[in-house]
Amino acid sequence: MRTPVAALLLALLAVPASAEPLPTRVVSIGGAITEVLYALGEDKRIAAVDTTSVYPPAALSEKPNVGYMRGLSAEGVLSLSPDLILMEDGAGPKEAVALIDAAGVPVRHVPSGYSVPDLLQKMRLVAAAVGRDEEGEALAQRMAGELEALRGDLAEIKSKRRVLFLLSVADGRANAAGHGTGADAVIRLAGAENVFGDMEGYKMLSPESAAALKPDVILMLDRAGPGGGDPLAIPALAATPAGQAGAVIRMDAAYLLGFGPRTPAALRDLAVRLYPDAGLGASLVR
Amino acid sequence: MRRLGARRGAPREASEPSAAPALAGDRSAKARLATLLLALLLAATLIVALGTGPALLSPRAVAAILLAGPKGEVASLADTVIVWQIRLPRVLLGALVGASLGLVGAMMQGLFRNPLADPGLIGVSSGAAFAAVATIVLSGSVLAPFAAALGLYALPVSAFGGGLAATLLIYRVGTRAGQSSVALILLAGIALGAFAAAGTGFLVYLSNDNQLRDLTFWSLGGLGGATWAKLWAGLPMMGAALLAAPFLARGLNGIVLGEAEAYHLGIRVQRLKRLTIVIVALATGAAVAVSGTIGFVGIVVPHLLRLWFGPDHRHLLPNAALGGAVLLLVADMAARTLVAPAELPIGILTAALGAPVFLWILLRRRGLAGL
Repeated sequence: MRTPVAALLLALLAVPASAEPLPTRVVSIGGAITEVLYALGEDKRIAAVDTTSVYPPAALSEKPNVGYMRGLSAEGVLSLSPDLILMEDGAGPKEAVALIDAAGVPVRHVPSGYSVPDLLQKMRLVAAAVGRDEEGEALAQRMAGELEALRGDLAEIKSKRRVLFLLSVADGRANAAGHGTGADAVIRLAGAENVFGDMEGYKMLSPESAAALKPDVILMLDRAGPGGGDPLAIPALAATPAGQAGAVIRMDAAYLLGFGPRTPAALRDLAVRLYPDAGLGASLVR
Repeated sequence: MRRLGARRGAPREASEPSAAPALAGDRSAKARLATLLLALLLAATLIVALGTGPALLSPRAVAAILLAGPKGEVASLADTVIVWQIRLPRVLLGALVGASLGLVGAMMQGLFRNPLADPGLIGVSSGAAFAAVATIVLSGSVLAPFAAALGLYALPVSAFGGGLAATLLIYRVGTRAGQSSVALILLAGIALGAFAAAGTGFLVYLSNDNQLRDLTFWSLGGLGGATWAKLWAGLPMMGAALLAAPFLARGLNGIVLGEAEAYHLGIRVQRLKRLTIVIVALATGAAVAVSGTIGFVGIVVPHLLRLWFGPDHRHLLPNAALGGAVLLLVADMAARTLVAPAELPIGILTAALGAPVFLWILLRRRGLAGL
């Protein structure tokens, strides 16, 4: 059994806040979990993260990486001698997760729903797992307050903007978000309507139906690469109200769809950009 | 046990047909040496593979955990799980899949009289993969009764069916008047691969986001999902293929001379072809079902062995199985450790190693008949 000296020292330095010792080697699988741990200042407990943990940038550069959360290696995760594994729902493959569960290391599966109660519960769960129940509750309360304030501000708005979220635009084909996706949830929480909401999951959009959907705004992720092409280069999209007005909003993927501590801010940013004349405050996006 | 290749009442040949009778003695000695070396190498590789991985366990610790049994308490539960539930089934499955891939490569090359025939190239793997993907995506809907009835065996059985259908189709298209044309077979394989890709694509369209991610990783090939259950599911089919193959070695030696000549040597050619196709489909189907599509093992290993001791199938088949097991275990060790604690899909590694060898074989054969 490998007991790294660093972990030993940490264990000696860690002042237990409760009767049972707190975990000192946490494997954090899921970007939101990593964000909460960093937000609480508990990043020193993190033994490793996964590739979806892109914020804060330090997480990717400082910590060992167990790979993509849906392509985990059971032995890889267990080899880090973790004393706690936090795993967002959706981690896989199933066999690897089953083996990790069977290895006698405490594993907490964190639900990853797209509703406000799910989001707040995630904050509380992760904080409690590292013995910071009070701070987790405070974080959840603060986020709930911000979301409530946004809802109040949005209640003034009479006509909802019609939004089409495109995950990728590659060689003239767009992959759009239907209901049951994170993108659908942020569109609704930012007081708009998802024009592709009748479909389920992410689906390729045919150009004709894109024209028929008549979006006012096209929402996309802000990243380089072939998937980040110009949606208005597709004639059918250029002909929509969004295309006519040149209304394309791009936002950072982890910020917009991470469902972590920054989500209330991301939702307000999105709302400000959807309704610039509604006096919702200034966008934080640079 | 009577040899399957022999026809009742046919005159027994005094000497086996072999590509170079003058060298037969020398080559047999070389082949026996190869078998001995490969068997030792496989034993060593198995031990090293059990001892390596992202978790640093000393050889002594691994041995102690193995001796204590899966419920033993000589080490922490996590280490016991790593050795007994992760590494051991993975190493055994890797050896089994590698042996199957090496063997079916050698058998197909014998049947088609061409060193480039391989289940991965001529569409057998894509047929098996298509059937497996259909089982993954549709097991909750259309195929629910089938999946429920066969449980764990649904995937290997459907992959076998897909592989068998593909092999038969390719053989039908590629064989005229008892003569198999390699160009036709390769083209048929390409067409079939395209058709299977279309079917797989349609299933991808039907699948939900989670199934889609599963499929993506599964299609890259890998032993990461190795469990005892998978090992038991794949063992009957792959084991049967490995045990049955040696009985076809003499027949495959005869086929090298041409089917008419083989018939006059007392070999039941049609039966031999059918048996070979079934064994290839069995082993390929089961291998694809448990580990996705892993290419090139079946080309590289038999080719190197032929360079070493010649084309006699009595030596080639068992050694191709041994060599395939060694190669896949080594590739899997690389997959497990190169990017630890993450993991590389093994299909990427075998393709990166195997494709250049494939090109090299092509370059050496340029100008020879049949290509």
